Amino acid sequence: MTLIDLANPTRFLQLTARILPWLAAATAILLLVGLYQAAMAPDDYQQGATVKIMFIHVPNAWLAMFVWGVMSLAALGTLVWRHPLADVAAKAAAPIGAAFTFLALVTGSLWGRPMWGTYWEWDARLTSVLILFLMYLGLIALWRAVEDPSRAARAAAVLTLVGALNLPIIKFSVDWWNTLHQPASVLRMGGPSLDRSFLIPLLVMAVAFSLLFVTLHLAAMRNEILRRRVRSLQMMQASRRSA
Amino acid sequence: MRLSGSGVSCVRGGREVFSGLDFAVSAGEALAVTGRNGSGKTSLLRLIAGLLMPQGGSIGLEGGTGELTLPEQAHFLGHRDALKPALSVTENLAFWREFLGGEAFDLAECLAAVGLDHAAPLPAAFLSAGQRRRLSIARLLAARRPIWLLDEPTNALDTSGQAMFAALMDDHLARGGLIVAATHAPLGIAARELRIGGAA
Amino acid sequence: MTALAALIRRDIKIALRVGGGALIGVLFFLTVVVLMPFALGPDLALLTRLGPAILWLGALLASLLTLDRLFMADHEDGSLDLIVMSRTPLELTCAAKALAHWLAAGVPLILATPVLGLLLNLDATATAAVALTLLAGTPALTFTGMIGAALAVTLHRGGLLLAVLVLPLSIPVLIFGVAASQAAITGPLAFGTPFSILCALSLVSLVIGPFAAAASLRHGLD
Repeated sequence: MTLIDLANPTRFLQLTARILPWLAAATAILLLVGLYQAAMAPDDYQQGATVKIMFIHVPNAWLAMFVWGVMSLAALGTLVWRHPLADVAAKAAAPIGAAFTFLALVTGSLWGRPMWGTYWEWDARLTSVLILFLMYLGLIALWRAVEDPSRAARAAAVLTLVGALNLPIIKFSVDWWNTLHQPASVLRMGGPSLDRSFLIPLLVMAVAFSLLFVTLHLAAMRNEILRRRVRSLQMMQASRRSA
Repeated sequence: MRLSGSGVSCVRGGREVFSGLDFAVSAGEALAVTGRNGSGKTSLLRLIAGLLMPQGGSIGLEGGTGELTLPEQAHFLGHRDALKPALSVTENLAFWREFLGGEAFDLAECLAAVGLDHAAPLPAAFLSAGQRRRLSIARLLAARRPIWLLDEPTNALDTSGQAMFAALMDDHLARGGLIVAATHAPLGIAARELRIGGAA
Repeated sequence: MTALAALIRRDIKIALRVGGGALIGVLFFLTVVVLMPFALGPDLALLTRLGPAILWLGALLASLLTLDRLFMADHEDGSLDLIVMSRTPLELTCAAKALAHWLAAGVPLILATPVLGLLLNLDATATAAVALTLLAGTPALTFTGMIGAALAVTLHRGGLLLAVLVLPLSIPVLIFGVAASQAAITGPLAFGTPFSILCALSLVSLVIGPFAAAASLRHGLD
């Protein structure tokens, strides 16, 4: 079992067919455990039970960025190695990333309602995520706009990489433009400031959501491969000798 | 039914393409318009189709359906095939049948007549140039019009396609139809020739 | 009638399928609205006050952007020749194309308004007022924009020329659309007055648009 084997779409379909049920089961179990722990976690002394939105919100926000990273790697695969699975991976990831980003926005604004008194506040972090969401939608629009998948793949790869370079700049500019949000509290210098009773469920949820992404991504890649096969079968059907 | 033009002249972009052109075609007849490139074959067809206004002279139809104008009784098969790649072969044809109106002919039969029955549910984007031309020809069958205005109809068609189209044109003429075709290649049917723009 | 219904069905189908522009219009609308706070600053009170104007400008630009292809696509593939030759009066055909365009590209803009209202901190009344004025006013944008689209296709130019031709025509719609929204939110004017004028503008454009577009198509094709 080498990487070359995986690169072959047929091998990929066979392998993922075996792996997917296990992945799905693991995702379900971890999600249940994480949700249970989250429910058992104590209320925050300031925010009350509202703080529990965090266990959904934070993993979604992490994945929103992580998926763009996955797509950037796939984009490199498309542009540098012209790998057939790379553009499938990039295309399949975009709607999933957009969904995670959308959930991060929705949970963030639900969290913001009791905290700030409005559903939406133009603070730096929410705004950055909103821009990320727009970029996902633009990418999906690009995939949809071009009929030929391999041409669309190269265009989308360029856009993904430019986006990956631009995201830190956007983040910095927006931070500079306005800061109201609470500062980063898990990944910061000097160790996490979060209490262990919050941290562990949060990490479990983060792993569960990552597994969820992997499961969905593999399933979406399978669909995309099959969709392309249908497409090429149709093209063969069309070019059959006209009577 | 008789389609005729007298003293027709055409000016495009300030340049006189042809002038003083006379022609006449009757029901059951085909007129092959020939001439070198730029002699105005396409322009003549577009004049008859009412898509261009003649600079002088007149084009008229005698004995057609009274309340309809000449363009409304004509099919125009141009260089561009009027197909939408996003729609399937059947959807494309069904649209033109409904839009052009008239008697409802069976789409599957029309597609079979042009040899595209196997491609019916596929997106038109997958068709080759010759197949797109065949699908445009199917439009002439899906909605019946007595006058066919054809611009280089056999372009992109292979030999069997040309034979198929010649048979369809013969059928049309036998039913009392009328054909004006601009062409370089022989049409494969009996046709009078109208040469415009002098020697080739 | 079947011809017009077939045309409307076809245009909507194409707009919604792969390569169609209907959803890109909504995305453009969203992007324009999101850009505004970066230029104006994140002051929610200010954004609330300017909200209806921002939404109207966004909708105006988005509907203009998608109008570009209204006749251009049919011209490029030769469909327009057949449409002009057909037994259906060209004015009705133009009206049907504009209606299809409004259904596929205009209605999604109206549906997106509540979400964007949330971003601009508009309350429920204000959002409803803007959505209602857009519902009454976007047909006017489509039907006047159609004239520009028809002119652009006969001149073989699209894009910016279309914008320059059409934007001045849509000023009255913008004035009364924003005025009606503001009236519903803050007063002091009654909502009914500007809203009735807005509806009247839409009805007038419903008549003028198809005739002007058909006339320019008839004389401009070659």
